[in-house]
Amino acid sequence: MTAPAQAAAGGPLSRDVSTVRRCDAEDLLYLEAELLDAWDLDNWLRLYTEDARYIVPTTDLPGGDPDRDLVLVDDNHMRMKSRVERLNSRTAHREYPHSSTRHLVTNVRLRAPEGDLLPVSAGFAVFRFRNGRGVYYVGRYDYRLTVSGGRLLIKSKRVELDLRELRPAYDVAIIL
Amino acid sequence: VIVTLLNDQRTPADFFPSRLVDEDAERHRFRVHRSAMTSPRVYAAELANVFARCWLYAGHESEIPEPGDYVRRRVGGRPIFLVRGAKSGQIRVFHNTCTHRGAVVCRKDRGNARTFQCFYHAWTFDTDGRLVGVPDRDGYGGGLDFSALGLAAPSRVENYRGFIFLCYDPGVVDLSTYLGRAKEYLDLVIDGASGSVEIVKGTNDYGMDANWKLLVENSIDGYHAVPVHITYFQYLAALGSDISGGITGSGTDLGNGHAVVEGDAPWGRPIASWEPSFGDDARQAIEQIRAGLVARHGEQRAHRMASTSRNLLIYPNLIINDIMAVTVRTFMPTAPDRTEITAWQLAPRDELPLLRQRRLDNFLTFLGPGGFATPDDLEALESCQAGFTSGGVEWNDISRGMARPPQQNDEAQMRAFWRRWNDQVEPGPAGPGVPR
Repeated sequence: MTAPAQAAAGGPLSRDVSTVRRCDAEDLLYLEAELLDAWDLDNWLRLYTEDARYIVPTTDLPGGDPDRDLVLVDDNHMRMKSRVERLNSRTAHREYPHSSTRHLVTNVRLRAPEGDLLPVSAGFAVFRFRNGRGVYYVGRYDYRLTVSGGRLLIKSKRVELDLRELRPAYDVAIIL
Repeated sequence: VIVTLLNDQRTPADFFPSRLVDEDAERHRFRVHRSAMTSPRVYAAELANVFARCWLYAGHESEIPEPGDYVRRRVGGRPIFLVRGAKSGQIRVFHNTCTHRGAVVCRKDRGNARTFQCFYHAWTFDTDGRLVGVPDRDGYGGGLDFSALGLAAPSRVENYRGFIFLCYDPGVVDLSTYLGRAKEYLDLVIDGASGSVEIVKGTNDYGMDANWKLLVENSIDGYHAVPVHITYFQYLAALGSDISGGITGSGTDLGNGHAVVEGDAPWGRPIASWEPSFGDDARQAIEQIRAGLVARHGEQRAHRMASTSRNLLIYPNLIINDIMAVTVRTFMPTAPDRTEITAWQLAPRDELPLLRQRRLDNFLTFLGPGGFATPDDLEALESCQAGFTSGGVEWNDISRGMARPPQQNDEAQMRAFWRRWNDQVEPGPAGPGVPR
């Protein structure tokens, strides 16, 4: 199945989080990376539940709580949708034309399920190239996956950067 | 008279006329020579004449609330740290360098300490800067005065209502005089927050390959809002914010290079103007805050605090944008075409969690390197910087609004900055880069 077709159907087939194997989680994470690198953001959003959250804390407070602290990104599903609409438009100037990106996901670890949520962490490196410049983002993804309608989906994604300063990477206008 | 040299072989970065800022009131023309943004000599002159001479924002006292708390950072390009004395409780600022042979003595970005020990030869300083430990003291003669070898403080450090500034020039006027009419606007922010504000934990640090003065202009520029930030206004509209009335207001030269753009706020403000996107839960809390402001400050001043926005420039490199959330932003060039930016969020201390969340939401969607607007500002400024290197056009035009009372989307506030900058940096007979 092609990535868009697979994404249109949602995440990989799954019964419930207790039966999810690492390769199932990896399929979902790799699919997400593929869709982001293809700038297929509409299908990317389909990998998330309707109550999803996407969070990137600041580089100086990696454990930051978006309800209390200043973070870099704190999107609920509505803001994720706005972010996608923005990045799909020609008026998100920082990303028009789009950067060329490569999301690498590795060291995938499944933790013990918490009710109907499956915590999954992974190491990542994202490379971003645009306007003669290349920058990178490195860190850890902390996901909460869940099964909905027979599909494995993302309930939350938290991106803790290993970078101690964001300055060398300029900004986070792309989705990490 | 503007002297331009034909057939000049130098690169655009080194090329400048006898004046960098050219104001012609009669022709309603105000121009800035683009070498002001590209020339290494202008940059050198700025380090010597601006950043070594002006009061610079160093931090806020709420960042180091407890005895022994410290934060380290660069101010004016120099490594310093702020510490609250473990015994004295006094806020001190020190050059981050050992008085012995130079190594930095504060090696973490923040923390709590009773002493700072240099790891090189283990000289140890207390939080008030005194030298309290020197290994093998017997190796020194009795004539050496160790009490004179405490940590060095910047020439001047002063605190305005919690905002700590420093200056590397001992001859500078006192901070209150320097801030002048800008104090009125700082007061509006602080008093609007019931007098007690704090920096929210978490720092937005980011960078751009563009001259720092472009960010000064951009931070107080109403003219760019619609073309650059259309995606943000679309987001606001999707949320149900009614901004169809547009933004009205004016720009003001506050003297000393300080300037402000102030206008009606057609959006909600956690202090203290409700809008539907805040949710019904927040409505009563915000109305109570507003009633409190009216009781303490009267209807007129309360209205100004609650229902108007302001973008304040404190010359040369501090921006306080009191729009929905309150941003404290400072920035410093590391080269003519590179700027390091640091932004914090200021909020009322002990704010209701519900309102704090709305404030954080407000801040993040527009502001910061992951927001819906700031990245596009960076793109615009880097695009200008790239355009300058093309050559062919020598001057930027900053004339907007010279023939009418300055509107919110005019450029009077930028001209205020540029006039003061020109006083400090303008090339004398020997050219820029020669400290006067």
